[in-house]
Amino acid sequence: MKRIEPILALALAGAIIAAAVAAPWLRFVLTIALAKGIAVMGILLLLRAGQVSFGHALYIAFGAYTVAFLAPRVGDAVVLLPLAALGAGALGLLIGLFVTRYRQIFFGMLNLAMSMVFYSLLEKLYHFTKGSDGIRVEIMPVAGQALDRIAYEWTIFGIALGLAFALGLLLRLYLASPMGEALAGIKTRETRLEFMGVPARGVLLSAYVLSAMVGGLGGALIALTSRHVTPLLAYWTSSGELVFIAILGGAGGVLGPFLGATAYELIRVYAAASFADAWQMILGASLLLVILFAPGGVWGMAARAVGGRGR
Amino acid sequence: MSEALLRATGLRLAFGGVRAADGIDLDVMKGEFLAIIGPNGAGKTTFINMTTGYLKPNAGEIAYEGRRITGLSPRAIVKLGIARSFQLPQLFLEHTVEQNVALAVAARMGIWSPLAPLLRPSHRDEARDILARFGLTAIADSRADALNEGARKLADIAMAVALKPRLLLMDEPTSGVAASEKMTIVETLVNVLRDAKVTAVFVEHDMDVVERFADRVAVWSQGRIAALGPPAEVLADPAVQREVIGIERHPTKEAPHA
Ligand SMILES: Nc1ncnc2c1ncn2[C@@H]1O[C@H](COP(=O)(O)OP(=O)(O)OP(=O)(O)O)[C@@H](O)[C@H]1O
Ligand SMILES: [Mg+2]
Repeated sequence: MKRIEPILALALAGAIIAAAVAAPWLRFVLTIALAKGIAVMGILLLLRAGQVSFGHALYIAFGAYTVAFLAPRVGDAVVLLPLAALGAGALGLLIGLFVTRYRQIFFGMLNLAMSMVFYSLLEKLYHFTKGSDGIRVEIMPVAGQALDRIAYEWTIFGIALGLAFALGLLLRLYLASPMGEALAGIKTRETRLEFMGVPARGVLLSAYVLSAMVGGLGGALIALTSRHVTPLLAYWTSSGELVFIAILGGAGGVLGPFLGATAYELIRVYAAASFADAWQMILGASLLLVILFAPGGVWGMAARAVGGRGR
Repeated sequence: MSEALLRATGLRLAFGGVRAADGIDLDVMKGEFLAIIGPNGAGKTTFINMTTGYLKPNAGEIAYEGRRITGLSPRAIVKLGIARSFQLPQLFLEHTVEQNVALAVAARMGIWSPLAPLLRPSHRDEARDILARFGLTAIADSRADALNEGARKLADIAMAVALKPRLLLMDEPTSGVAASEKMTIVETLVNVLRDAKVTAVFVEHDMDVVERFADRVAVWSQGRIAALGPPAEVLADPAVQREVIGIERHPTKEAPHA
């Protein structure tokens, strides 16, 4: 399975590009899907340790607002993206030092609490954040090139796709490395790690910081794409959405988040267009079906279809 | 065998009213195999837990290579060269046996490499070598949660050995191992440890194993050491037989007047 993963990734990328070319409005949806997929890789990382964060939209929002705040000063997407990732990573380190002391439901809920604090700051500090109105992000140059709207959107799409590939590859290496495998060890035998001389909390904290960084990056891409940031990005439903996508896509492989995010965004768009009042029901039903009949998620289904195991 | 590798003095630890350690004085000599025997609840595991930093004694000191280790964390203690295995094997259940051992190898070599695979050639070779010495090659690719009790016990010890300790504490290494395989397995284990010049302390309920493989045996009873010496002597002591061995070994076998 591991060997055909890159081939599947190329196939998925090809399909995404074809869809974006065929239907320009899909380009927007798919860029958002790629951005969310990147953020959901962070959820996947923590799931490896058996931990579920119900507050990771915090890092998405942080990355998005980093772009919104700095765009007037640092008007270049290529500079803003790493800044958003680093900023989110620093925030992740700060919060991670605290939340990685906890496990399971406490870990999940503390993350939720953090994101709610951030959400209300975004709402309340109207002077800085324009409250629930949010902040607009203007089209900006990319790597010094001033672009028209279409070229800009294509460029951000391309960056999202490139980052998805590069980060997916890095995550894949990370998960198979001693740090990644020790992370999985936290799920089943955390104390044994300590008796081997491995600081389990340090292992989890590293993963947490990485998850915050990809969250920030995903958020920055979302801001560059939707060009409007609001506190809703940090709202708990957005965090739930990330976990939703992770489960939908399947936690078995690096492709899971992207399969999940693409499926999620497409279901959402089509369901909202066809059954305006029922799209949440349709999303809920899809997740229910996945959990009941394909616990490995879309990735697990794909893996089975190709005849290997999801892992 | 004249130098003490580990020295425990006056260890005391109580859980509520239960005195799990009630004044333990013990020297573990460099290179020896020291067996710990004693009835359930005597405090054998508690001694291992204190030595490895999992429990902190209420009073007393533990010194390793002349250095005080009381109160250090399990992580700090293992770095000094003390490893342990567990009464209930502590394996990473979603990993294969080979990955479990390779993780221990990586833990020793430095875990902080985020991009090179865990099963890189050096780690994999070492893990396979250890598994081969334990006779576990056949189950190297089995997931840890699919093993029988005996195999889990051995894999658990293999992980501890992969840390290359100078002192290894094993909590009932042969419990759960089928009686027919027990002696062969212990023999293998002892050879591995002798080759690696590891000093070993092991809690053991099988007196035949103790007699055959221990240099000395310490008899635990209600948080105290009731007797200590060569197995032939200690196991022949009528008081020891009455209090400890009587319940574990067929009494008529040893009793001279039976
Ligand atoms: N963490 C703990 N909390 C409370 N009581 C404990 C704890 N650890 C051990 N005890 C108690 O201390 C006593 C000694 O336990 P210990 O596990 O050391 O015995 P043992 O000699 O290893 O017994 P066994 O042969 O059953 O493994 C027992 O009464 C046990 O219930
Ligand atoms: Mg015990």
